[in-house]
Amino acid sequence: MEHAKTETHSEDYALPDERGHFGPYGGMFVAETLMVPLQELRDAYQRYIQDADFQRELDLDLQNYVGRPSPLYLASRWSDEIGGARIYLKREDLNHTGAHKVNNTVGQALLAKRMGKTRIIAETGAGQHGVASATVAARLGLECVVYMGAEDIERQAQNVYRMKLLGATVVPVESGSRTLKDALNEAMRDWVTNVDNTFYIIGTVAGPHPYPAMVRDFQAVIGREARQQILAVSGRLPDALVACVGGGSNAIGLFYPFINDADVSMYGVEAAGNGLETGEHAAPLCAGRPGVLHGNRTYLMEDNNGQIQHTHSVSAGLDYPGVGPEHAWLKDSGRANYVAVTDAEALQGFHDLTRIEGIIPALESSHALAYAAKLAATMSPEQSLIVNLSGRGDKDMHTVAVREGIEV
Amino acid sequence: MSRISDCFAQLRQQGRTALVPYVTAGDPEPSETVPLMHAMVTAGADIIELGVPFSDPMADGPVIQKATERALAHDVSLTDVLRMVTEFRQQDDATPVVLMGYLNPVEVMGYAKFAKAAAQAGVDGVLTVDLPPEEAGDVISAFRQTHLDPIFLLAPTTDDERTRTVANAAGGFVYYVSLKGVTGAANLDVQAVGEKVAHIRNLVDIPVGVGFGIKDAKTAAAVSRFADAVVVGSALVRQIEQHVNSMKQGRIEIGKLLGEMRQALDDVQSVEQVQHS
Repeated sequence: MEHAKTETHSEDYALPDERGHFGPYGGMFVAETLMVPLQELRDAYQRYIQDADFQRELDLDLQNYVGRPSPLYLASRWSDEIGGARIYLKREDLNHTGAHKVNNTVGQALLAKRMGKTRIIAETGAGQHGVASATVAARLGLECVVYMGAEDIERQAQNVYRMKLLGATVVPVESGSRTLKDALNEAMRDWVTNVDNTFYIIGTVAGPHPYPAMVRDFQAVIGREARQQILAVSGRLPDALVACVGGGSNAIGLFYPFINDADVSMYGVEAAGNGLETGEHAAPLCAGRPGVLHGNRTYLMEDNNGQIQHTHSVSAGLDYPGVGPEHAWLKDSGRANYVAVTDAEALQGFHDLTRIEGIIPALESSHALAYAAKLAATMSPEQSLIVNLSGRGDKDMHTVAVREGIEV
Repeated sequence: MSRISDCFAQLRQQGRTALVPYVTAGDPEPSETVPLMHAMVTAGADIIELGVPFSDPMADGPVIQKATERALAHDVSLTDVLRMVTEFRQQDDATPVVLMGYLNPVEVMGYAKFAKAAAQAGVDGVLTVDLPPEEAGDVISAFRQTHLDPIFLLAPTTDDERTRTVANAAGGFVYYVSLKGVTGAANLDVQAVGEKVAHIRNLVDIPVGVGFGIKDAKTAAAVSRFADAVVVGSALVRQIEQHVNSMKQGRIEIGKLLGEMRQALDDVQSVEQVQHS
């Protein structure tokens, strides 16, 4: 039986290896100064993830501070209009701070506290991870510095103000392309300088080991809940999962608990920007190739000389030239499929969900919605799929209005 | 013997410390690099460290970041850098050249192809900042094939176990990063660096260079008391930044700074020789 073979293969899934490799991807590609601090972080993480007290505190925070479990909502009117598979939305937009990012920052902040660190740093693109980091830092009374590309600061002014209200220092990064990748470079430079008292909360499943595995494990609560919820309401597993992929943390969070369910297909949706053929996009898995950046080997948008290219997406949260190494592995191994959706298609998804279901999604999540609509149309009403609605769209009002020539 | 080991052997005989200037290849523009390399040798450099520009220089401070951006404005590629070394070798077959940069340009060219091209161009050693020995197996074998020295970093955070790992992988010399921070950072604690380097010597039997944060002749001289090589980068690159449109003068200033450092290093050596005699 073909199934049995696939299942045996997927039950073997136990990645990454000891040094953080997912096949040829991942690893620890950092300057020497950070190697020992990363090993200390790995050891602390491996210890606390199995520590009952730590888990109890994390669970309580997720329940009472983040507001978990997040609902699994059947978008029935939207599903009817499309006329294909039933579409369920995993409502990460209802989390405290408005996106899935907080699942991870709550976990890493608890770890920082256990490790005796007094200072938190973070990088941010759209500002969601910066807000989620500033939020947990405020709650634990930790100093917080957020690095943000100067260009992103201009297009996400509201989130910048939120971070400042929460007591964080927002540092504009003027180097390179002045976006998320440069903010990550600058955060790394801060960390290497202040490594004794500082915990670097990386917001996605990229960076050097143990970050891709650690962030995945903190985000996997999304998929664990979704799996129980859909079994409870429909008595069976979904046929497909759909999530947007920038660095890929919300996608891996949804996918990972289903990874041994060979019949559940997985779709990661990258930002095609103005179209893959224009070169103005942020889709390394669909249109890039392997390389090494930010501490790991993964698919990158790079030129023939190995220089990292500028990216484009209407959504600042997807505007990143790399992607988590586990996605690179899931692509090569064929376990997950990676597709891309243009700015225009994502905006259509944004409007459809807003108008038909009364839910305003983040532009990042709108990429997943746009692809889910296409995919659902090819499926039957007996089938179901889960879309990770990773964040709410409040932060994007200005971007959408400007793009559509409306003055708010 | 490689040019690098020859160089250190000779310096050891003379009781001298190697002076190793760093500049970014192609900064402020490609045609300036080779004349600058020759000028630095004339001013007393023993080994040249040539930076390979990369779009995301995570370990570098603002001065070298800007140098990188100036070079990349001219699309300076790894192939271009190798061409510059080839040109340098037409007049100078003795001074070792070490490339310093990040892994991705090498990764994209391919390890074997790069190792062959670099050796042909006359490169002697390669330091890829974001490549610790744990990830370097394939790179090291490729380098060994063409007799390139793989140069690795040691840091204040490196423990003894890792120091041994690094020493096993390294060729030419090891490069001790004298502070927790990026290139060009301030506040070098010379005494603490000296103690750490003395400890490293118990574990490593190849020469130990020290860099990051060495700004002037005085610091260079202090570090030379315990280091086999003193690496100076940002202090020189800042001169380029100030003379982007007047590189003739820039070369003179860089030569002056290096000359002062050379003198300070050699003064330390002659004082010590007098004390020992």
